[in-house]
Formats: sequence, structure tokens, C-alpha cells
Amino acid sequence: MRALVAVKRVIDYAIKIRVKPDKTGVIKENVQHSMNPFDEIALEEAVRLKEKQIVKEVVAVSLGTSKSQETLRTALAKGADRAIHVEVEEAIAERIEPLLVAKMLRKIAEVEKPDLIFLGKQAIDDDYGQTGQLLAGLLNWPQAMYASVIEQESDKTFIVTREVDGGRESIRIKIPAVISADLRLNEPRYATLPNIMKAKNKPLVKKKLSDYGIELAQQTLILEVTEPPVRKSGGFVEDVPSLVMKLKEMGVV
Amino acid sequence: MNGVRFFLAHLTRRQDILQITLRFTNTLVLAEHTGDKLNPITLNAVNAASRLGEISVLVAGTNITNIAEQVAKVEQVKRVFIADHEKLKHRLPEYIAKTVETLQKQYKFDYVVAGASTFGRDVLPRVAAQFDSAPVTDIVAIHSGDTFTRPTYAGNALCKVKTSAPMKFLTFRGTAFKPAKESGGNGKIEKAPDTDFPFDGVEFLSQELPKSGRPDLQNAKVIVSGGRGVGSADHFKIIYELADKLKAAVGASRAAVDAGYVSNELQVGQTGKVVAPELYIAVGISGAIQHIAGIKDSKIIVAINKDPDAPIFEIADIGLKADLHKAVPELIKAL
Repeated sequence: MRALVAVKRVIDYAIKIRVKPDKTGVIKENVQHSMNPFDEIALEEAVRLKEKQIVKEVVAVSLGTSKSQETLRTALAKGADRAIHVEVEEAIAERIEPLLVAKMLRKIAEVEKPDLIFLGKQAIDDDYGQTGQLLAGLLNWPQAMYASVIEQESDKTFIVTREVDGGRESIRIKIPAVISADLRLNEPRYATLPNIMKAKNKPLVKKKLSDYGIELAQQTLILEVTEPPVRKSGGFVEDVPSLVMKLKEMGVV
Repeated sequence: MNGVRFFLAHLTRRQDILQITLRFTNTLVLAEHTGDKLNPITLNAVNAASRLGEISVLVAGTNITNIAEQVAKVEQVKRVFIADHEKLKHRLPEYIAKTVETLQKQYKFDYVVAGASTFGRDVLPRVAAQFDSAPVTDIVAIHSGDTFTRPTYAGNALCKVKTSAPMKFLTFRGTAFKPAKESGGNGKIEKAPDTDFPFDGVEFLSQELPKSGRPDLQNAKVIVSGGRGVGSADHFKIIYELADKLKAAVGASRAAVDAGYVSNELQVGQTGKVVAPELYIAVGISGAIQHIAGIKDSKIIVAINKDPDAPIFEIADIGLKADLHKAVPELIKAL
């Protein structure tokens, strides 16, 4: 069984982002980037399936500028066997939307013939949360989004627990299938120094969108990026009685 | 073209022109329900969608006549499609998407929309892919028929986008739009076109939806949330007690969920639920940006934390620097 894992390089989750003064986007230069946290979880799950000898090979894929290679090296250090980097220029990278990523992943799936495609449930930069569903739709494969438990049932089936509003549900999916990772799925490992060294020798192939016959098409044009209205602190109260008094004044209790 | 339609639909109050215009702007709203209850986010989606054109609603499932009748009475709803089929019983996205696809091919709606819940987020992109359309998800403001605002970076940036998708697939954040009135509508109920379901790649097995008796997080007027500061699952009972006193829903930060104090469905934040109650009480929550993203549209935020430098105090309307194990019981008594 082969697993494909899509990983995205994003601004690190701990960074407080700043909007560019010209409102065209957020400041990305000299800002710490790392692998999208949900993709780390997706990758970890694929690697664990490999350790259980359910999956034979884990292929990590990323679409982005040359810097996405760092993200792929991280994926290799964490246990991916090889990586595919679909490289685009910075100006193009800014215009990539989930539909384009899904189309590219479909093409790669046609070549690599994975049984499982893992993605994070959303990227923490765009917060779109669409790529997995779009890809499953394009491939007409089952989709198990927001997975929190994945268990192999037979050669052809997996039982997936999904985090849904109000609780969880359990489904049986037939491979090939698309799975997106919820936070609850696992605790991703750290890459150890020896593994980081080894990752340098693992295969990483560079591709272009044109290699997959894909042209940039952008349906969602970004007109303006702004800061949200700032909430101001109302200050402190001394003790519980003054808190209660204030709440009563405001008419909320 | 859509911009023009929107302009006409909204600046013209003359009935005849309105009807001509609306004939061209049809919107399909996907109703979300549990089988016996309509999920309130559907009403928020209907209200948001009412600004885009004439509204049809799809109710898919089994034995859903009651839901369809309820939806038909919702203000602004002109037409309700019923898709009743065994395959739709558990509302799995693959089968719902197929139903929507069939409907869309026949009626060519300009917009197919849903609330930005698990259900809507799951189904809508899958359908959009069939029509080579890029969806716009989690919309918080509508500027025109093709221009919307959606939050990015955990709500730390607002992104205004213009979509040129051949068909518009949108999800609306429930808390950003008022619900449509549940009466005053007189929608025509009809059967949705028959759909074939040859797909058998997925099968529903079971679900676990704990019932608490407390109000639902996303519709609650008051929410009491606990964080890692609460200390343990056992200590979390003071959060429940305070919530009961205030008839509030209970929420939690990711830290509290990860520490195993409460289950995942209570998580509030970027990757959990986005809420906007009248009163949000954050107890023992430091206020990471991911948590703030889920609460900052609350009317009043109260924070109780012993660390005066906790970032939650930067956005709280009322801050109380105190040990929550003393302050919360005292608060329960005082209320």
C-alpha cells in the first residue's frame, strides 16, 4: 500500500502575523515558517501505518516556492521515503488556491497510484479547509475528513472515526481514499538529528506545474487584506463582588 | 454579470423587475439537520443567502417531511426540495454531494451555499469540484454577488475576495449572520430529481453524540469555558456548575481538551467551534491566538486568570486576576 501526504509550508502557528500596509497580504519575509500543523499530523499517521507495515511507502508532496523543499526535508526526516516538490515562483505561489492544489494532487495520484492520500484538515494560513474534499471529488474517491482514529479493517477497507459537530462518527471506507487529519489523530514526532542527516540523502524530485499539464487558474482574486477590528481590554476588577456588579450593570446576568 | 444581478435585486423594489432579476439568480441552500431537528445554522445560511437571490432549500435524508415542512415556513424560502433515499440516511458527504450535483445539473443555481459547519465544509467543496469551481468558505460578510470577506490566519487577517468561479459554492460562518425567521415563509415543497448512487466507497457505522442538556455551544447566549488552568477533569465540574447557574453552554480551550479534561466537541477556537455569545467567560484560559480566533466576536468577554500577563486580558472587557478555584465558587454563590 502506498500513501501520499500533501504538506504545506506556512507561517509558524506561534507567530503573530502582520498585515502589509498596502493591504495586499501579510508580511512573510523574515518570518518563521514551518510545516502546517495538520499536515504534520497527517504525515505522522502515514508513517505510523508504515511502521505497522500496512503502508509500504510514504511519498510527501508539496507545491510552493523553492523554500517548500525545507518542509519536504522535514517530512523525509520524520519518516517519508521520498518527496515530490512542485516548484512555482513566489508571484505564482501567492495565487494558488485549493482547487489548483487538488488538481495537481489528482495528477500526481494518477502517476503514483497511492491507496491513501493524507492531508491536514485545513492550512492555518488561508484557513480554507477545502483541498481534501475537492481532491476526493475530483478523484471520485471516498473522503474521511477530520479523522481522529484510523484502523485497517481488511486489505481494502479502513475504519475511520471522524470528529463531527456534536461528537464523532465512525465510517468504513474502501481504498483508494482521501483522509484529512484532525488535531486528535496523533501526536507528531520530532525529527531526530540522525534522521535529519539521513533525510538529506532521500530522493526529492523537482517538478513543475507544466509537468502535470496544469496551468495557473485563479478563480478567487484577493482584493484586500486588512486587520480585523481590535478588541480593547476593559481592564481589571478587584474581586468577585465587583465582577458580579459589573455584569449586572451590563445586564448580562 | 453576477454583480449586475445583485445590484438589480437589491436596489429595485418594484415587484416585476425583482421577479425578472430573481429568475436569474437562484440560490440553493443545503439544509443541515439531525434527522428529527433542523440545525439552526441553516437559518443563518438562509438569511445570508437571501441577499443573493431567490432561495431554494435542499433537505436530504430519510423520513424528512417534518423537516421540509419546517423549512418551507422559514422566511424567504421559495422552494424546498426533498431528497429521501436510504443512502442519504446518515448524510454522508459522498451521497449528499451526489444529490446536490444532480440538482445543480438540472436547475443550474447561481449559488449553492451552506453553513460553515462540519456538514457544509464536508459536502460543498466535493460538489464544487464537479463544476470546476473554487468554493469560497467561511464567509463573514457579503459585499456583492461575487465579493465576500472571510477570515484567514486564525482571524488575524480579513481577506476580501472576488470570485470568478463559474458557479458559486459558498459557506457562511453562522455567527456572522442573523438567523432567518422561522415563520412567514410559504415555500413550495417538491421532490428532488432522482439520483443514482452507484458509489459504494463509504459506509456509515455508528455515531456518538453526547447529549448534555445544556444549550448548544454555537447557539448559546452565555458560554463558560475552561482552560488548562482548571487543572483536571475533576476540577472541571466547577465550570459546569457555573454554566448551570448561568444556563450557559460549556466550552474549552485546546489545552484543556488535549489534557483530557473534556472531550473534543467542546473545543472553541480556530480549529474548534467559532462562537459569538452575549457573554463569554474564560476561566483559566491564557488566550492563545487560536483560541481568541474563536471568541473575539463575543459581545462581552470576561477572563478569570491568576496570571495578569495572560494575553486573554488584552481582549477581555472585564478581567479578574484571581485563583479560579477560589473565584469561581465565590462567583457561583454570588449569582
